[in-house]
Amino acid sequence: MDGKTESETAAQSRTKVERKSDRELVVTRVVDAPARIVYDAWTKAEIFRQWWVPKSFGLTLLSCELDVRVGGGYRLVFRHGDSEMAFFGRYLEVVPPSRIVWTNEEGEDEGPVTTVTFEEQGGKTLIVLHELYPSKESLEAASGDKSGMDETFAQLDELLAGSANSGDRS
Amino acid sequence: MLEQLGRSDASITTLAEKFHMTLTGMKKHVAILEQAGLVRTEKVGRVRTCKLGARRLEQETAWLDSYHQLWAARFDELDKVVEQLKREEKVNGRKNRE
Repeated sequence: MDGKTESETAAQSRTKVERKSDRELVVTRVVDAPARIVYDAWTKAEIFRQWWVPKSFGLTLLSCELDVRVGGGYRLVFRHGDSEMAFFGRYLEVVPPSRIVWTNEEGEDEGPVTTVTFEEQGGKTLIVLHELYPSKESLEAASGDKSGMDETFAQLDELLAGSANSGDRS
Repeated sequence: MLEQLGRSDASITTLAEKFHMTLTGMKKHVAILEQAGLVRTEKVGRVRTCKLGARRLEQETAWLDSYHQLWAARFDELDKVVEQLKREEKVNGRKNRE
């Protein structure tokens, strides 16, 4: 009897997103499995590649290499239309089956550091994913280049100030 | 001017004085910024006060929404994968577990 919309809403609300500060985003979700299984899904490439890129993204995952140990690297290559993108970084902390920390180095500037923890509670696992950006500006740049928008608005503002003034003098 | 409004709300008269514009000029200016959603105004008595518009907040909200959708979709896929792993473990577990 439950409509599709209702179940979709339920799925969305099981995933919580919070902007914790200027530089931090936190995502939480409970998964119905013990931590060791969830940990495998994040650290074994052949499993990871089955879920990291949902079909609705319109991206194809061309390759996925995960060398999950402290100092080890990861590299994901996607195809989107005609272009290819690589996402890569290094693992800073690896504590099976409860904690992984990695860098995101794909951009020109310093990227965020991602920490994910798996906390098992009665056979289920609470996943807490924390992204710490190096600065407020870098988080805002990731959120669609808001700084660029601000600049455009400031220019519009100036332009209007100029035209309003000259208009009044005539 | 947006910077100014970011610091504090101001009446059109105050803004006109600050930016050396006529009252009419500032009214026009504010009207255009208001249309663009960058500024909103509120009339209390005879004074019209200008504040920053909701557009910046909306931008942030829209981005957080898509970030939320990304993770919700990703975790839904993870759910399916994890179910499969649990089933496999049950089958293999009977054979392999010491």
